[in-house]
Amino acid sequence: MAYATRALGALGDPTRRIIFERLAKRPRAVGELARGLPISRPAVSQHLAVLKAAGLVTDRADGARRLYRVDLAAIDAIRAWLDQFWDRTLDAFKAEAESH
Amino acid sequence: MAATTKIPPIHKTVRVAVPAKRAWEVFTTNMHRWWPAAHSILQAPRASITVEPRVGGRWYERATDGSECTWGRVVSWDPPKRVVLTWQLTADFVYDPAFETEVEVRFTPDGADATRVDLEHRDLERYGEKAESIRPMLDSPEGWGACLSGFAAAAEAAS
Repeated sequence: MAYATRALGALGDPTRRIIFERLAKRPRAVGELARGLPISRPAVSQHLAVLKAAGLVTDRADGARRLYRVDLAAIDAIRAWLDQFWDRTLDAFKAEAESH
Repeated sequence: MAATTKIPPIHKTVRVAVPAKRAWEVFTTNMHRWWPAAHSILQAPRASITVEPRVGGRWYERATDGSECTWGRVVSWDPPKRVVLTWQLTADFVYDPAFETEVEVRFTPDGADATRVDLEHRDLERYGEKAESIRPMLDSPEGWGACLSGFAAAAEAAS
């Protein structure tokens, strides 16, 4: 779960959260992300590098540009949480069912 | 759509030493008698959790002050064998009518007086379609974020 700690840190920055939210809607290139943000393209690229290092986004070549998208690893953190949530919940169910 | 890849569903199995009819009743009736209290989404103490026993029925939690929060609804109701519920709580335990994952629970007789209960929580990739469903979990100091950091710390300490 080192992933979760990194992800929490990366999303601690408000600009990175905005970028992440935009990417969650659909994959985008740097230029498109930079439009409407009060920061330069290189700054957007830096934020993307942090998000990528945290395992929150991935990128791939799309012609001459790079398309960024949310990495499904972000959902894996939720899945991991739900996984142990259901363990606890079904244990409690078993205890109740067998208690009478 | 951010997520085009399927996230594997969660599968859990538990064997209970009671007949299927009893297992079904405990699971679907008075759920609050066993459902962990730690993650109630209401402000006041929890009074009940109800699954209305019909297709389309509400699955909701009620507090002692009368306030309610919907969790989802009944998609399939086939006692004492199978129930399918929508789980419409985002990663921040907030009900979102536009957000749906599914929880299917099957009750299979295992010998004369025991039951195998199989649970599947699926459509988890939908958590990726809405940033607002991911962000609060990772972001909120008092929400799942804290829970996850604690979990992460424990997991990392143990490894």
